[in-house]
Amino acid sequence: MAKTLLIDIEKIFPDRRVSMRTELDLATSWTVLFGPSGAGKTTILRCLAGLEKPDYGEIRYDGETWFSSNGPSFVPPQKRRIGFFFQDYALFPHLSVRGNIRYNLTGTPASDKEARVEEMIETFGLSGLEERNVRTLSGGEKQKVALARTLCRRPRLLLLDEPFAALDTPSRIRFRKELRALLDGFDIPIILVTHDRTEALSLGDRMIVMDRGMVLQAGPITEVFSKPNQKTTAGIVGMENVFPGTLTEKRDGLALVKVKDVLLEAVDIGLTPGQVMVGIRAEDIILETSEGARSSARNRLHGTIKAVMPEESLVRLTIDCGFPIDALITRESREEMGLEVLTEVTLSVKATVIHLFPH
Amino acid sequence: MITEPLILSIKLAAVVSALLFLIGVPLAGWLSITRLRWKFLIEAVVALPIVLPPTVLGYYILVSISPDSILGSMYLDVFGSALPFSFEGLVFASILYSLPFAVQPFLASFESVDPRLSEAAWTLGASRLKTFLTIVIPSSVQGLITGGVLSFAHTLGEFGVVLLVGGNIPGSTRVVSISIYDNVQALEYEQAGQTALTLLVFSFLVLSVVYATNRRVWAIWPKHF
Repeated sequence: MAKTLLIDIEKIFPDRRVSMRTELDLATSWTVLFGPSGAGKTTILRCLAGLEKPDYGEIRYDGETWFSSNGPSFVPPQKRRIGFFFQDYALFPHLSVRGNIRYNLTGTPASDKEARVEEMIETFGLSGLEERNVRTLSGGEKQKVALARTLCRRPRLLLLDEPFAALDTPSRIRFRKELRALLDGFDIPIILVTHDRTEALSLGDRMIVMDRGMVLQAGPITEVFSKPNQKTTAGIVGMENVFPGTLTEKRDGLALVKVKDVLLEAVDIGLTPGQVMVGIRAEDIILETSEGARSSARNRLHGTIKAVMPEESLVRLTIDCGFPIDALITRESREEMGLEVLTEVTLSVKATVIHLFPH
Repeated sequence: MITEPLILSIKLAAVVSALLFLIGVPLAGWLSITRLRWKFLIEAVVALPIVLPPTVLGYYILVSISPDSILGSMYLDVFGSALPFSFEGLVFASILYSLPFAVQPFLASFESVDPRLSEAAWTLGASRLKTFLTIVIPSSVQGLITGGVLSFAHTLGEFGVVLLVGGNIPGSTRVVSISIYDNVQALEYEQAGQTALTLLVFSFLVLSVVYATNRRVWAIWPKHF
């Protein structure tokens, strides 16, 4: 049986409540807890770490009970062997970089311990900074020290609370890439809390969308983005069409991306060829019924309408063009063009509305 | 001779501050983490000496340590001497009298340590005690120094409690403030003036040195990291 993390908890605050019921496969490396601020993401993460006690329910890690309200049992944070990454790093200000990393490393022979600390300093590129006081480090360096400190004791589960929130945008993009590469080497399940869609798409394998203390949807990241189960989710994720693709070629400022058998042209944002996530908002897709007219749109796809769903003043059409894609148009347009299930249409998509995310 | 009372006062203040570290740090540490509902009662008891007239406090201490009391008779049985009107009795009284001046700065600085630092230590496997000793205490140096200085200075300057509990025995309970009072009563203004000036200069020097060092510590140690 696969190892799972069972989360079925409820935490009550005077003014709100946060609850979650889900079972995570621990073989999946990155799970993103996504939602607007105040959604309760951090509360869930703190409950998993044992820093907060839920009021009801249970948490079970691979059959081991971490929390149960009928029992009641509670494993303190010290005994859970998890890694917790704090938004503002929570480095110990009176200790050096090395002092932070080796803090409370116990139970191993001293030589082993030092070797591990050295290994961490090496892995995270902190050589030369070992004796520096952590207060004098840059944001990116602090982030690395905090990660090295957490990973030095080989946690069974890594919890990251908005790890990029304290960085400026350019470093954020750079560190995101580095972080994924670094952490993939450790082979630990990771739960990442973020409210940043780009971050979720770049790092996540699975996604749990939360809002106002409730889980709206959970599933593989492409599925959550492309099949939001309710309007709130769609509003929060903000992008209905997300598919994995391969960046095959770049030329003249354009990036050629292959999704299934279809080749799309998107604006090149400096990504390297390889796996990417492709995102298109449903409202950015233009539909035509006849072919032949010239258009400035770089992408023209042909497909058949599979579903028609009215949404207030708009209509959502799901079109199969080798892969399913959603388009959002006005009711008037739909009536004028006589669009029904099985109508054949041409989709025009400008290169500028195709968003690429490294994955 | 003014040196004997002065040395006695400094000795008393030093012993009391040292003992207050041993009592005050665990007490403040416990107060900073306990979720006990009745915590405020303990805080109120600790703070009582700030508002009570020293004579009131002195009276209760004297009654509670007299050989007729439980505490006093126990002490007499164990050590073979009575607490009232002895140096040990003064130490006991001064600890109670100066307790808030140690505990409150300790508590304030423990509580101002970012709770996430402690939480980080817990997730790294450190016990609550270890976290307190290795994270909270080193981050509270300023509060510890302040508490130490205040309890030292407060003990050095006490009068009412000493008079009631210790009396006026040269070499044993006759501290600086009592000797000045005595001199004035006996119209020995010159003597009183010398002692008073010595105490003034000494106190000023101690406080200056401590605050100067303290400031240097904190200039390279910003609280908000």
